[in-house]
Amino acid sequence: MADVAIPRAKPQMSEDNAWTQLKHNRNWLGFWFMVPAMAFLIFFLAYPLGLGIWLSFTDTRIGRVGHFVATENYEWLWDDSIFWLSVFNTLLYTFIASALKFAIGLYLALLLNENMPFKAMLRAMVLIPFIVPTVLSALAFWWIFDSQFSIISWSLKHLGVINQNINFLGDTTWARICVIFANIWRGVPFVAITLLAGLQTVSPSLYEAATLDGATRWQNFRFITYPLLTPIIAVVMTFSVLFTFTDFQLIWAMTRGGPVNATHLMATLSYQRAIIAGQLGEGAAISSAMIPFLLAAIMVSWFGLQRRKWQQGENND
Amino acid sequence: MTDLPTRSIDLKNVLSGSAPTADHSEGMSYLQSVPRRMVTLYLPLAIIVVVLLFPFYWMALTSVKPDEQLLDLDRYNPFWTWNPTFKHFHKLLFESYYPYWLWNTMYVAVCATVLSIIASVLAAYAIVRLRYKGANLVGGLIFLAYLVPPSILFIPLATVVFQYGLFDSPLALILTYPTILIPFSTWLLMGYFKTIPFELEECALIDGASRWQILIKIVLPLAIPGLISAFIFCFTLCWNEFIYALTFLQSTSNKTVPVAIVNEFVDGDIYRWGSLMAGALAGSLPLVILYAFFVEHYVSAMTGAVKE
Repeated sequence: MADVAIPRAKPQMSEDNAWTQLKHNRNWLGFWFMVPAMAFLIFFLAYPLGLGIWLSFTDTRIGRVGHFVATENYEWLWDDSIFWLSVFNTLLYTFIASALKFAIGLYLALLLNENMPFKAMLRAMVLIPFIVPTVLSALAFWWIFDSQFSIISWSLKHLGVINQNINFLGDTTWARICVIFANIWRGVPFVAITLLAGLQTVSPSLYEAATLDGATRWQNFRFITYPLLTPIIAVVMTFSVLFTFTDFQLIWAMTRGGPVNATHLMATLSYQRAIIAGQLGEGAAISSAMIPFLLAAIMVSWFGLQRRKWQQGENND
Repeated sequence: MTDLPTRSIDLKNVLSGSAPTADHSEGMSYLQSVPRRMVTLYLPLAIIVVVLLFPFYWMALTSVKPDEQLLDLDRYNPFWTWNPTFKHFHKLLFESYYPYWLWNTMYVAVCATVLSIIASVLAAYAIVRLRYKGANLVGGLIFLAYLVPPSILFIPLATVVFQYGLFDSPLALILTYPTILIPFSTWLLMGYFKTIPFELEECALIDGASRWQILIKIVLPLAIPGLISAFIFCFTLCWNEFIYALTFLQSTSNKTVPVAIVNEFVDGDIYRWGSLMAGALAGSLPLVILYAFFVEHYVSAMTGAVKE
């Protein structure tokens, strides 16, 4: 737009030397404006990303420069049952947590969109789990899920549901349920508030018109709310899947991958192998193995979004 | 289908809901009876809100409970305490490095945020308004950078940090956090800059202002809400960051709050829960207070980054 509006200043012939011309050249200016951001992103993002893939083909350890070993790390991982367990855990964790986050988040957004007293305060309170640092709330969950002094076990015992304490973080199934629950708890506010922002762009007159035509509440949702929300759902879920898949801090604070590796995700396993055990090469191979999964997740939601746009005939933006 | 009547997102309404047009139910709410609303609206909402807030209640309660009540669930009602104590906070502030950790976190967060915002303002302005050759491509690349998660980068970054001699210094975090913050805040600010009418810039250009003067004197003052959003959201992200701080810092006194609490407080002591929860509470409070003052900006930052 600016191109049309601000025609490039015509050089005033003889008076202009090369320097003034350069000063008004938008490409030259643009380059200098981009330098700080690009410097950070190249030195601390693009370069490490490439370096990580390179490291995964070497046998680098902490304190020792590595040699190129081709795909040895990957072959090693291929036969490593703990690695495959972590892949399974990551997929399970991502799939269940994202699906439930979406369902509960959308439901909460629809509830918050209704008219009621103390609406502003409710909405602000809902977002608090998202504000508080994940590790600190994970510690609270660690205490809530304590094997001996868990408040949940205590309450259930007093209600007469169970006789013995539940060993929340010591039993493999329970540990998985607990970390997934904590992840959902952390992610629902983000999904709900962003979807709520999307809901508020839907004009009320659509619902009024549909209701006059005899639409039920479900039909209102299915044929008005859902289609109009699709673009924002695609973006929110891309982020949600991405951050769930690469989650590290929640697991590290609550279980550190235990019991018997039942909650090890790929990120925590790569930390354990690379930093604690010192095998940088192997750790890098595990984290590089996440990249194809991430690309697939991004592609799916991206093409979902494009298809939706195409269905709605939205090719003019 | 494109000409469906849609309204642009009014960010203030997302939280305040004050404008009468903000919710559609006002016009049709008479269709629902009160008992029905009780079951379909208030009850599920109450359950969700209680579940979302319970961990904080539990955190706060544990941090003021005396030790003997902490573990004896049979003699005392665990859901309340009649004699709160500040012993755990006292221990935290005067018998541990906690003040240092808090200071480190704050210092790293402020420096990294300021650096990122400066870099992002320049980048966003160049992409949106200078429109140099390849601006759209660079914009797309920056968005892709947002999708690169820290858990993939921390291993190679650790070797980079070591090579540059930054290991175990706050500078390591100050320089690496912007990789998370710049993509986010650049996209947020691009959205804000796009809404500023370019006629203003045209006038200034005709009056002989340079691009730099335009940015400082016209664009930035108009984009202040966006700057605040970007600033507090980046600050929150820094405070929340864990894996880089865990990997790049070693000595106890250099750590940030999240890392220090997880590593230093978790010893065999059976009574550690009080001070652990006090530490978690004290580490969350600054952010919650900040949040209470800038609720709308948080929401606009969250939705702004997703909107594009």
